Amino acid sequence: MNIVVCIKQVPGTTDVKINEKTNTLIREGVESIINPFDVYAIEEGLRIKEKVGGKVSILCMGPPQAKESIKEAIAMGADEGILLSDRAFAGSDTWATSYTLSQGIKKIGNADLIICGKQAIDGDTAQVGPGIAETLNLPFIAYVRKIEDIRDGYIRCERLMEEGYEVIEMSLPALITVVKEINNPRLPSLKGMMRAKKAEIVTWTANDLNSIPENIGLNGSPTQVVKIFSPPARGGGEMLHGEIEEQAEKLVTKIRELKIV
Amino acid sequence: MSIKVIKDKCIGCKLCIKSCPFGIITVDNKLAMIGEGCNLCGACVPSCKFGAIVIEREQVVLKDYSGYRGVWVFAEQRKGKVEGVAYELLGEGRKLADRLQVPLSAVLLGQNVAEQATELIAHGADKVYLYDDPVLANFQDDTYGEVFIKLVEEEKPEIILIGATSIGRSLAPKIALRVRTGLTADCTGLEVDTLNRNLLQTRPAFGGNIMATIICPNYRPQMATVRHKVMKKAVRQADHKGEIIKKQFDFTAISIKTKVLNIVEEVTKTINIAEADIIVSGGRGMGGPENFKLLEELAQVLGGAVGSSRAAVDAGWMPYSHQVGQTGRTVCPKLYIACGISGAIQHLVGMQSSDVIVAINKDAQAPIFKLATFGIEGDVLQVVPALTKQFKKVLGGDY
Ligand SMILES: Cc1cc2nc3c(=O)[nH]c(=O)nc-3n(C[C@H](O)[C@H](O)[C@H](O)COP(=O)(O)OP(=O)(O)OC[C@H]3O[C@@H](n4cnc5c(N)ncnc54)[C@H](O)[C@@H]3O)c2cc1C
Ligand SMILES: Nc1ncnc2c1ncn2[C@@H]1O[C@H](COP(=O)(O)O)[C@@H](O)[C@H]1O
Repeated sequence: MNIVVCIKQVPGTTDVKINEKTNTLIREGVESIINPFDVYAIEEGLRIKEKVGGKVSILCMGPPQAKESIKEAIAMGADEGILLSDRAFAGSDTWATSYTLSQGIKKIGNADLIICGKQAIDGDTAQVGPGIAETLNLPFIAYVRKIEDIRDGYIRCERLMEEGYEVIEMSLPALITVVKEINNPRLPSLKGMMRAKKAEIVTWTANDLNSIPENIGLNGSPTQVVKIFSPPARGGGEMLHGEIEEQAEKLVTKIRELKIV
Repeated sequence: MSIKVIKDKCIGCKLCIKSCPFGIITVDNKLAMIGEGCNLCGACVPSCKFGAIVIEREQVVLKDYSGYRGVWVFAEQRKGKVEGVAYELLGEGRKLADRLQVPLSAVLLGQNVAEQATELIAHGADKVYLYDDPVLANFQDDTYGEVFIKLVEEEKPEIILIGATSIGRSLAPKIALRVRTGLTADCTGLEVDTLNRNLLQTRPAFGGNIMATIICPNYRPQMATVRHKVMKKAVRQADHKGEIIKKQFDFTAISIKTKVLNIVEEVTKTINIAEADIIVSGGRGMGGPENFKLLEELAQVLGGAVGSSRAAVDAGWMPYSHQVGQTGRTVCPKLYIACGISGAIQHLVGMQSSDVIVAINKDAQAPIFKLATFGIEGDVLQVVPALTKQFKKVLGGDY
């Protein structure tokens, strides 16, 4: 089974700190990580491979340094990695990203299953997975929390919903996006890390993908960011003092005054 | 397309540095420089008082979109009943439609849902496109997607609003991709520019640290998924008139590749956190799984749900479905009580739009207090039971 896992490199936000003086993000020490949801996608790809055989290819669109994330995936056990990188891809919104990744998947060829994370933690859109599926005219299931069965041309999954889950089957080739509940990702093995060190990460540019210029980067993106601002600061911040009973009483009174209960 | 600093105009004032959400602008020798990793978000452009930063786009030939008119709302239903979020969309959609002086329409797909169509009209819809078909009883991406796409192609709306639910966030990208238009995820604010009929879509980005306003000027329809419980529900007006347009779709014409075999409702002990008006949430500071009972008791008295930080989920104290935050769920209840939660940014982004936030923590320096409307410095194991007792006392009832 040929599996393609799409991973995005994102800032590991725990480490983002604000310089109180200049009010800017401090960049040093902000490490980039594999989008957390995509780690579950890699793990699931590896598990399927271990079960039914096949190959796991990692696909990532991003700047050159995103190679590091691909190497991490190889250290976990992925077979190969491809980076789509080109200045012409800069400014892609989810439409253009879906298109570009789809072109990459086509060039890899013969994918039976494409796995994406549920969403990327920088943009939080959850649109790229379904977008790729639609571009490639494939069926998809979002928010997969368990693969119940997978074999040639067939997959049955549990899709996480607000009130429970749904059991859905579909034919392969297809795409799924996965949630955290699906597995516990492994750590890279020593052997894997050695292999990753040596691994050659192929880079494909817009030219390599034969992409239509109108469909990539800023030009291919229907949406435009016109303004960025800080969310309004929350007012208030009243500490309630006193003995425990007193604090509880004060709080209950406040909540009652606000007519919440 | 590219971003440029015009040397002659830049005076090295450093204003742009602050505006960059990625912190990649530097000023060297009185000249701003834009570093590697710029994604052309454009935040710096208006920050420059001297017009020294420009983003050059290749001119897109503007298509004529005058044929695209009207505001649509996806009337998501589950088990034959329209979801609350759809009524919120109708409330917001009504305002946009009035500003643009166009009709407001609802799109309703399901089985035996005709009565629901009448309700949609009472809540402000001028038209309801109704597809009543056993095939559409439950949501499925390929059936719902194909029906919706065909209707969009036929009727050409200028705005489509879809609830940012599991269903909506799965359905919307499929439509946007196919009809080749922009889609803004999980919006919390909508506004319309009547001059060029652009929808100004505001949403949290970069983990909620930053709000972004997004437009889709060169494509129609303009699509947005909208966060639940942010917009006000439309008020029911029994005398509002509207038209139900019965539609049919020929499913033999498409290949349906997915099949829903079973829908399982996991009856959790508590209410679904995405829906709850009150959430009592616990973190590592709860000390162990057994202490979450205290939170359940408080939640029960308040008629709320129990949430959790990731630390408590990772420790196995609570199931993932209760996790609030960046890798969990985004919630915005009327009241969020954070118990033994430090307030890491990844947790805050999932709950910071709650109306009232209460923090209980024994560390007065915990970042959660900066966000909290009311804070109590103390031990959760003592404060929470005291709260439960007090609420019971004033709310009465037998628990
Ligand atoms: C990519 C990424 C994604 C993440 N996504 C999420 C997410 O979705 N949701 C999430 O919550 N986190 C997320 N995290 C983790 C986040 O960074 C924090 O580690 C986590 O939120 C901490 O949980 P906590 O507040 O329960 O634990 P801690 O940070 O350990 O805080 C425990 C708090 O309890 C207090 N305390 C201890 N004992 C008591 C007592 N007896 N009474 C009162 N107070 C007490 C302590 O003072 C402390 O403030 C993510 C991290 C990363 C890197
Ligand atoms: N630049 C990218 N490169 C590779 N995969 C991506 C990229 N952007 C998004 N994805 C995939 O799409 C998923 C959803 O991303 P998003 O729609 O941005 O929230 C991610 O979890 C990844 O699997």
